[in-house]
Amino acid sequence: MVDVVNKKDVSVRFMSGDKACAEGALMAGCNFFAGYPITPATEVAEHMSQRLPATGGIYIQMEDEIASMAAILGASWGGAKSMTATSGPGFSLMMENLGLGIVTETPCVIVDVQRGGPSTGLPTLVSQSDMMQAKWGSHGDYEVIALAPQSPQECFDLTVKAFEYSEQYRLPVFVMMDEVVGHMTEKVEIPSPDSVKPYPRRYTKLPPGEYMPYRPQEDLVPEIVSAGQGYAVHVTGLTHNEKGYPEISAKAQENMVQRLTDKIKKNVKKIVLLEEENLEDAEIVVVSYGISARTAQYPIEKAREEGMKVGFVRLLTVWPFPEEYIDNLAKRIKAFVVPEINLGQIGREVERCAHGQAKVLGITHPGGGLHFPEKVLETIRSAAQ
Amino acid sequence: MRQEIRISGFGGQGIILMGYITGKAATIYDSKNATFTQSYGPEARGGSCSAQVIISTEKISYPVLIAPDVLITMSQAAYNTFYSGLKPGGILIYDSVLVKPAKNDSSQQFFSIPSKSIAGELGKEIIANIVMLGYLVKVAGVVSPNAMQEAIVSSVPAALCELNIEAFKRGLSYSSPN
Repeated sequence: MVDVVNKKDVSVRFMSGDKACAEGALMAGCNFFAGYPITPATEVAEHMSQRLPATGGIYIQMEDEIASMAAILGASWGGAKSMTATSGPGFSLMMENLGLGIVTETPCVIVDVQRGGPSTGLPTLVSQSDMMQAKWGSHGDYEVIALAPQSPQECFDLTVKAFEYSEQYRLPVFVMMDEVVGHMTEKVEIPSPDSVKPYPRRYTKLPPGEYMPYRPQEDLVPEIVSAGQGYAVHVTGLTHNEKGYPEISAKAQENMVQRLTDKIKKNVKKIVLLEEENLEDAEIVVVSYGISARTAQYPIEKAREEGMKVGFVRLLTVWPFPEEYIDNLAKRIKAFVVPEINLGQIGREVERCAHGQAKVLGITHPGGGLHFPEKVLETIRSAAQ
Repeated sequence: MRQEIRISGFGGQGIILMGYITGKAATIYDSKNATFTQSYGPEARGGSCSAQVIISTEKISYPVLIAPDVLITMSQAAYNTFYSGLKPGGILIYDSVLVKPAKNDSSQQFFSIPSKSIAGELGKEIIANIVMLGYLVKVAGVVSPNAMQEAIVSSVPAALCELNIEAFKRGLSYSSPN
């Protein structure tokens, strides 16, 4: 996943998902972290607090998560590659300023190590129940990018990817981890720093006066500048025109909101990362992501041993959702099975995209533990009937 | 082959470090796969605590224990909580001073070592956990002696390295009197 030029320089570490996420951020060039400690994301902040000052970066412990989000947006406009990490209660507080990040098209990364909710919920136990909040948590219409790692190695890899996407498409990108992935410790291969090229910021080459902060390029993403480069730019949460000035009209709203969604929707195929197994002859396809995709692996193998034609699609990118892909798959299979540690958030999305062409059986879990392999196997069996 | 190990005791005994070192030995020094998890309760020093390690030559898809093949208990409370989960045919390893097992399932193998007393003879009771890691390698294998020693050396403070190696070797060479 990470673009490694020199394979010889990989260092093998035994590392938790939280720490691997922090290392991924550093590899991607992150030089500013603002956050507020919260279980099970604290170790991301802790590791950044140790590593950032040593690499010339800035670590700030903020008074809360509203301020943390504000700080990483400001830092990004100051030219930094910025990140914060939190869990459910903090994620809720970040939603207001997330909207500001979306509308000002600010590159940054938000890590959510999911725990059981609502409210303070299950601080120390696993969940995947913030998936819809990542999509719809702030007010207004917008599109996001959210990635879901299933191991410490992927916490590293997908955090690097998140920084890349945030620069490429100019928006806050989510890394949707969970308590199990964040706290588990496994082998993580880290390439040497000079073998990974951080994705460059899309700075304009136009001189001040000609540069328009929200004039889109061909891929609908505008070029950016940083404070201090000599450009006079207006950065506002109000609906704005290409100059960046507030323009309170239906026309300006249409231009801005439509482009903000189109820059993601028209690039879905480039943004969606997924893994496929045994789809050729599949009658049943398990669709899952993050830790639930990992725990589904064993029951899928068992089901195939029992003679069932089971395929597997693992979503590394959950948002934007691969609508067309699921629709096409639905045309030629009997049923989808969707295990996840929530009450059916992504299962409902699969159902929407299947358009009634295939059955969708969710395997839900209110949080606090992982799916038992037997339960997943039973649902695959009943889907086969 | 998948091997599951639960290491249990009370907070402050270095139980979590034992799990970390075992997993590190398997992955970095034995080039296998390992997943290490720990119980994240509100318990602190004195409370029950447990570390789980899964070791395999294959990819580890299910990251938590199903039924441990090896159980280490370093406190009576941990034994009382976790013994019933040990697999038939599994291995129980306990500190003979701190734990008195109630029964012996004949399919299971029981091994004991006075790890705390041995650590005391070495001058630091706190390294009972490293003595226990030596004994784990001796009676259950799990990782190679070299890998475990390397993992210990790279995980403890340099100033205490010699002492930890000594503790590891005492565990590795211990023979039960009975």
